[in-house]
Amino acid sequence: MSSKDIEQRVKEIVVETLGVKEEDVKNESSFIDDLGADSLETVELVMSLEEAFDCEIPDEVSDEIKTVQQVIDYIKQNVETG
Amino acid sequence: MSRRRVVVTGLGILSPVGLSVKESWDNILAGKSGIETITTFDTSSFSSRFGGAVKGFEVDQYIPRRDVKKMDPFIHYGIAAGCQAVEDSGISVETSNPERIGVAIGSGIGGISSIEKGYASFLKGGPKKISPFFVPQSIINMISGNLSIKYGFQGPNIAIVTACTTGTHNIGESMRIIAYGDADVMIAGGAEMATTPTGLGGFAAARALSTRNDDPQHASRPWDRDRDGFVLGDGAGVVVLEEYEHAKKRGAKIYAELIGFGMSGDAFHMTQPPAGGEGAARCMRNSFDDAGIDATAIDYINAHGTSTPAGDIAETKAIKSALGAHATKVAISSTKSMIGHLLGAAGGVEAVFSVLSIRDQVAPPTINIENQDPECDLDFVPNTAREMKIDVAASNSFGFGGTNGTLVFKKL
Repeated sequence: MSSKDIEQRVKEIVVETLGVKEEDVKNESSFIDDLGADSLETVELVMSLEEAFDCEIPDEVSDEIKTVQQVIDYIKQNVETG
Repeated sequence: MSRRRVVVTGLGILSPVGLSVKESWDNILAGKSGIETITTFDTSSFSSRFGGAVKGFEVDQYIPRRDVKKMDPFIHYGIAAGCQAVEDSGISVETSNPERIGVAIGSGIGGISSIEKGYASFLKGGPKKISPFFVPQSIINMISGNLSIKYGFQGPNIAIVTACTTGTHNIGESMRIIAYGDADVMIAGGAEMATTPTGLGGFAAARALSTRNDDPQHASRPWDRDRDGFVLGDGAGVVVLEEYEHAKKRGAKIYAELIGFGMSGDAFHMTQPPAGGEGAARCMRNSFDDAGIDATAIDYINAHGTSTPAGDIAETKAIKSALGAHATKVAISSTKSMIGHLLGAAGGVEAVFSVLSIRDQVAPPTINIENQDPECDLDFVPNTAREMKIDVAASNSFGFGGTNGTLVFKKL
């Protein structure tokens, strides 16, 4: 999966999981401050990402991930996306 | 000191025969059945394969898309009926004190569909795969919770859970809450969506359901000789109750007054009523006493009438016991003959039907009475609705655990 594909897929999952508009999801968007996610939704988002990228994101990492870009970076660095 | 009077100022329904009060009531008066073969999952191995599903419901009409998946379908239904009732009443936090408006909408079973899915996720992937919404999407008080959040109602927020008496108890206790002075307005009722594999299978295992799989529309046949159990139905029924002076002051449309509420316990068996219907009779008597009326004042009873062999006889005996000689003069019907048994929602939708029977001066029919059971020998308004004078209507609900409730509505 190319860097561009990962970015695209992450954004799709954010749109699906948080029920937000595609155009509102920018790389710098904060899940809580910009996309209105609450604590339960952020947990669900992490679960959706784990499912989509077939990986396990440790709690200490997921607690620190606040923006779309941070997710993209984490996936690129830590997940074998074939 | 006289107690504060409570009136009905709003109605909401989602049922197997309609997505609104008008559509449901029109179909009920026309004697239409909403029972069909269940198609939402594979029922081929089930002894009972049909039910009363809510058809054509568009959830995003009531709940933002983002929030839909955080709630079980029973919550969707409860919110939909709640919204309808609130809109119908015209109540709002802009014109009334939000701290004096409460919600009491329960369910008999709750989020069984979400519980099934949550457990499947656990079995598949362990505890990490359980959704963070698993608990708030499943628990029963989340209709009351979500509705209060939606509208800003800051008064009492409860959900009574008493199996098939849930809707009736929530409405009755809401009446008490207003009469006592804890609130001026209560949104009250019940909702259910239990036509799921374990819901259907569980009631079938208890031998509670009809197995007339070749003819679902004639399966719910209260007081008919050939009845063989109840039919599971989905939906929600909600009323807006309001303190009389509060309603008058804001010029609200008043459907009827809720003048009496009675409760009792059978103290007999987990699922069976005592053969003589003693608990049900006590409950009806308590409601008449609470209303300060004689049993002879009752014109119409929306019966519990689930179409089970034992239950229908017990209720017949209970009505005779509570009404005495007047039992033969009162019109009695079971709207469950058309929509099935909505469990925790039953008391809600049947309260709405009772109120409408007063508004329109018409008793809805009991359909599918072809050969009336000689042991059930009262006037069950067989097969055709009847225009008649209805000043006072009672609504009965009885539930597993031996829990009974009766509401009494009066024309204002």
